[in-house]
Amino acid sequence: MSAWLAVYLREMLILRRRLGRQVLAMSVSPLLYLLTFGLALGSSVQVNGHAYLEFLIPGLAAMSSMTQAFAMAGEINVARFYLHVFEEFQAAPMPRLAYVLGETLAGLTRALLAISMVLLLGLIFGVKLNYGLAFWSALILNAVAFASLAVAMAMLVKSHADQALLNNFIITPMAFLGGTFFPLESLPSWARSILSLLPLSHASKAARNGAFGLDSPLSAYLYLAAAALIFIFLAIWAVSKARD
Amino acid sequence: MLRIEKLEKSFGQNKALAGLSLEVARGELFAFLGPNGAGKTTTIRILNGLSKFDSGLAQVDGLDLTKKPLEVKRLCGLVAQHTNLDGELTVWENLDLHGRLYGLKAAQRRQKALEYLDYVEMTDRADRLVKTLSGGLKRRLMMARALIHGPRLLFLDEPTVGLDPAIRRKIWALIKKINQDGVTVFLTSHYIEEAEFLASRVGFINQGHLVTQGSPQALMDNLGQWAVDIYDQDNHQTLFFAQRHEAGAFIQSKALAGSIRRVNLEDAFLSLTGRRVS
Repeated sequence: MSAWLAVYLREMLILRRRLGRQVLAMSVSPLLYLLTFGLALGSSVQVNGHAYLEFLIPGLAAMSSMTQAFAMAGEINVARFYLHVFEEFQAAPMPRLAYVLGETLAGLTRALLAISMVLLLGLIFGVKLNYGLAFWSALILNAVAFASLAVAMAMLVKSHADQALLNNFIITPMAFLGGTFFPLESLPSWARSILSLLPLSHASKAARNGAFGLDSPLSAYLYLAAAALIFIFLAIWAVSKARD
Repeated sequence: MLRIEKLEKSFGQNKALAGLSLEVARGELFAFLGPNGAGKTTTIRILNGLSKFDSGLAQVDGLDLTKKPLEVKRLCGLVAQHTNLDGELTVWENLDLHGRLYGLKAAQRRQKALEYLDYVEMTDRADRLVKTLSGGLKRRLMMARALIHGPRLLFLDEPTVGLDPAIRRKIWALIKKINQDGVTVFLTSHYIEEAEFLASRVGFINQGHLVTQGSPQALMDNLGQWAVDIYDQDNHQTLFFAQRHEAGAFIQSKALAGSIRRVNLEDAFLSLTGRRVS
């Protein structure tokens, strides 16, 4: 049963060696969004009675949890297509679930680090919110969902170039349309219906409500948990497809 | 130790394995010889769970690969053709993670890592990052890693490809040692001299099926002891003789430009398939 730990530890050892660079890279995008949308554009904007910076921070935390968890796909692809380390896992006597678990937890760890960086930047910008259980639960579920989706996609793509396409067509649009930068309530109902299918929309809403001390909708947590479960099963199936 | 029956595998229209059957006995050092694309690596990938197969049977120590894949994997060790170590981790970390993957306890992992680092003469490099090692050292580390969990059957896929002759000799000595210590070795190669030097038995694979098998000496003896290579403009022909003086007399009688040499496994392969191994 230690196989999942081996997969997780491998990712952590690599992360530890690159920690400085990684933290810097994780901070660049949120910092730019805070400067451009938060300070430059949002200084005179209020959303639902909150300063735009306050509105933005939980959304950025949700977005970062998604992008950093999903970034595991890139790491897995490097291990699979360039380093061939994935063969070591395939040849080992370990159930597919152990591999998925190890990589998903590694994605979650990266996401937690990224969220912490966003909150730290928020503090530097003078934003103090309520980062309690409701906030963290939403983001952890979101990270687990996207980390397991990352494992699945990394197994299904045929090359590293395909992975870049997935980022361009799925993750980037979701980052902008998942309630990070504007309240989805301001959109027409048909658009809201479509965007409510995105897990990030639920994560942003639940995390933001939690951070503002409002009641978070239970349905958002259930939706995220269901997405995580579906993506974990998808990843387990995809690991067997990765043979050949 | 290893039994394969009528193994078939296709990649689209391309048949990589066309009913491959062979057996490897416990304690053997079996060399699987064939040109690039013959099906050697595909066979090894299937036997180690990296590829699926379409039909046939594969058993290790009586365990069916499709029914007991995890148990079979526990019995096997694999040194892949290309380096698949974690360059950003140290030598020790690579060994320790492998031990964890195979469920070894902390004390076992430490003991085995020390034992096999010593075995491949890399104890003083335990804390080095793998990306700083030479190709030969990486290959030795891959062997140590493959042995840590105590496999009974070790697969070596082209273990010396890309290495210089001196390092190749070192790796050969290591492979001999591993086999003498009781591990059954299944080796693929397209280096003829590698199989001649190492193997107790050789199997020739061509276009996905086994052409013949036997001891290297027996396969060569079928042709004779001596070979004469005759070069006539664009043609190259090889003829075989039991005695050296017969070969010499043939060249003199025909007044041909030719060279006399010992028969090798390449000749045996060529005579059976019309193709060269290397």
